[in-house]
Amino acid sequence: MANGILVFIEHADGKINRASYEAVRAAQLIGAQTGQEVSAIIFGEGIGDLVAEVAAKKIKTVYTVENKWLRSYTADGYTHALRQIIEQLQPALVLMTHTYEVRDFAPKLAASLKRALLGDNISYKIEEGNLIFARQIFQGKLAADVVPVGDAPHFVSFQIGSFRGDECETGQAEVKALTVNLDADVIRQHPEERFKEARAAVDLTQASLIVSVGRGIKEQKNIEIVKKLADALGAELSASRPICDNEWLPMDRQIGSSGQTVAPKLYLAVGISGAIQHLVGMKGSRTIVAINKDPEAPIFEIADYGIVGDLFEIVPALTAEAEKLKQ
Amino acid sequence: MKIIVCLKQVPKNDSILRINEQGNWIQDRDLTYEINESDAYGLEAALQLKEKHGGEVIALSLGPPRVQTVIKEALARGADRGLHLEDTVFDGLDAFGIASVIAAAAKAEGFDLLLTGLQSDDYGFAQTGVIAAELLGLPHATIVMDVESKEGTIRVKRELESGFFQWVSMPAPAVLTIQSGINTLRYATLKGIMAAKKKEIKKLDAAAVGVDQASLAPKMAFRRVYLPQKSKQTQFIEGTPAEIASKLMDKLKNEARVF
Ligand SMILES: Cc1cc2nc3c(=O)[nH]c(=O)nc-3n(C[C@H](O)[C@H](O)[C@H](O)COP(=O)(O)OP(=O)(O)OC[C@H]3O[C@@H](n4cnc5c(N)ncnc54)[C@H](O)[C@@H]3O)c2cc1C
Repeated sequence: MANGILVFIEHADGKINRASYEAVRAAQLIGAQTGQEVSAIIFGEGIGDLVAEVAAKKIKTVYTVENKWLRSYTADGYTHALRQIIEQLQPALVLMTHTYEVRDFAPKLAASLKRALLGDNISYKIEEGNLIFARQIFQGKLAADVVPVGDAPHFVSFQIGSFRGDECETGQAEVKALTVNLDADVIRQHPEERFKEARAAVDLTQASLIVSVGRGIKEQKNIEIVKKLADALGAELSASRPICDNEWLPMDRQIGSSGQTVAPKLYLAVGISGAIQHLVGMKGSRTIVAINKDPEAPIFEIADYGIVGDLFEIVPALTAEAEKLKQ
Repeated sequence: MKIIVCLKQVPKNDSILRINEQGNWIQDRDLTYEINESDAYGLEAALQLKEKHGGEVIALSLGPPRVQTVIKEALARGADRGLHLEDTVFDGLDAFGIASVIAAAAKAEGFDLLLTGLQSDDYGFAQTGVIAAELLGLPHATIVMDVESKEGTIRVKRELESGFFQWVSMPAPAVLTIQSGINTLRYATLKGIMAAKKKEIKKLDAAAVGVDQASLAPKMAFRRVYLPQKSKQTQFIEGTPAEIASKLMDKLKNEARVF
């Protein structure tokens, strides 16, 4: 019978993705509550050091597969390999962190076994012995409890930041090498080198005051209203992704999972809804102010000060007040 | 090049959402709808590929009669014809179920590229395209920022974490999930809207799609829908704009001490 929790460990450039330890931590917690053993799986070639690092966590067994077809990540390679491992080990639960890589292959893996991937959860609870997961819907405006239907194995991923990877219990895992069958035919994706796009040199990570603008600003010409406030406060101007996608502000002023991560003394969000991909880039700010006309906007969940209202009325008033203060 | 682009109709981004009486989804009466954001970029990517390589763009949407609006919008922007997958048995399907229906319809139609948005703005599963690829036995790539096509090979630029990108090639036919913002959306012109009236929208129900009932059995379920918990105690500041401004500045200075 299916038993135990298997955690998928991700790595790139010779480093374990820190986010994978969040899934390890989730597995340790769930394992302790449900009486299940936790094991981990890591793929690659020449990954001995990485395996040793993972084995220093409180995990029963770290399984490794060294195979030249797993040297770089491909959706096909990882799906085939992990499916074969799951067939060998028969875990009840496969846990992952909802990274870009997991988003890329985990739905395929689960589907190949006719299972659902319960993706992007933020927490779990146990009711009458059953695991129930919570996730955001409508871009964080609502939350939902979800459960798997049908037999194990069940596939679950947690949103980055849902568990503390640095709180993993340490231990000494046994390491076991496993093998899988892979060949050129099954791997149809051919990845090239990873690269970074040349970026202009705006470093917002050092800014102590940031005013950030979102799609509530409606039009490019209105950006000026928010820029005036930033100037009056002596703050840097930043934005949510759609503003940069539209080229209303340059890419290097984008905050979020695909932009910069900042932690200023003040982050003033203007017309930003507070999607998780934005929040991960700014939730470490010391004081967060949000101006939004929607009282239910998720940005208010993390704001210290909230103003429900029309930014076109509030922002000019704030600018005037900031200018008064300056004098 | 024959491209099928999947378009989901979702409640408008600024909708006020109310939870239904059963507490397991939202009240869907009185809502207005739009094309899911990243799907609209998928449509634009398809139209640009057609302009470059020739061929045909088919706009596919699964859902109740109202989703015809998004198909018509796509036809007005330049898609050649529509596929509307509609059946009461499709109501409330999970990602696996929806992908099964789409995969069956797409297979019968045949294509070089099947495009979806990277995730929907309502469920946010981010899985439909990937599952469809698996069910169709085709290669896929997610979070796609650019698409090239040459002699049966699709080369895409994928967005990765921490500011990285990566080009990945694969043989066509393939399935791609498109990231928002990869191109500039076009609007329908009056001429486009007129032309759309003559374009075909084919309606297919479960039997016509030929989807096997077993694949529609739920593999996951929503237990409960609720308002999210706040992680911080937010102080809401009220008054006229001028009052709000002076109160906030005072608090930032004397309470939060940011200046
Ligand atoms: C893989 C991936 C990566 C992503 N990376 C990032 C990222 O790095 N950074 C990022 O920001 N996003 C990112 N996103 C996008 C993210 O999911 C959201 O779509 C985006 O953050 C929304 O931006 P927004 O809040 O400006 O717009 P919206 O969600 O459209 O919100 C606009 C807000 O303005 C308010 N508003 C409208 N009019 C007014 C008014 N007159 N006065 C006051 N308020 C008003 C509305 O109530 C609404 O809350 C990513 C998405 C994905 C899938």
